Amino acid sequence: MTEITIGILASFGAIFVLLAAIGLIRMPDTYLRISVTTKAATLGIGLLLVAAAVFFKDLSITTKVLAIILFILLTAPVSAHLIGRASYFSGVKLWKNSVLDDLEGKYDKSSHKLKSELEETPEKNTDQIGED
Amino acid sequence: MTLYDFLYYIILPILSISVILIIFRFLRGPSIVDRVIALDLIITTGIGIIAVYSIITNQPAFLDIAMILALIAFLSTVAFSYYLEKRNK
Repeated sequence: MTEITIGILASFGAIFVLLAAIGLIRMPDTYLRISVTTKAATLGIGLLLVAAAVFFKDLSITTKVLAIILFILLTAPVSAHLIGRASYFSGVKLWKNSVLDDLEGKYDKSSHKLKSELEETPEKNTDQIGED
Repeated sequence: MTLYDFLYYIILPILSISVILIIFRFLRGPSIVDRVIALDLIITTGIGIIAVYSIITNQPAFLDIAMILALIAFLSTVAFSYYLEKRNK
């Protein structure tokens, strides 16, 4: 029974890692590649590590594995956000069929500050707050 | 088919094929950001290979190295993105 559980967990983990690799090859855009690798690879690695925890059946190893999974879950979105921000600043183009670029024209490329539309019209902002 | 055979002949080859696919993107990647993402994903896949290998060899000490690799992957991505932003300023 334990072996079947380990086999199923390891199979799903390997399939998700393979899907992340295929997505890295097939996706047309840097931002889509970031999105694919962060989600799929995190899930795949988590499943593989849980398979190792089920195999060893030891409290210290289970704790270690949970620490690794928690660390990956915490750091993967942060690093994906950082590298996506850096790629936007370095002028990586979006895919030609992309529909929406929310940050277009709002980033000051020299000072790296984000202008929101609310700051540009302060009078309207106070009006909206009053109506709410 | 025992668990050892399953992991050794099916799971590890799948992970190796994914590493080879990622290395294609690492060599081809049009921008430097693609290479950084590919490097990050290679290290993440390496953590999975270490987990499977520790099951095969029955050596739980390998999982310590997996933890260190997770730390290094995060640090390297943060450092790369920091200096990429600095370079364009």
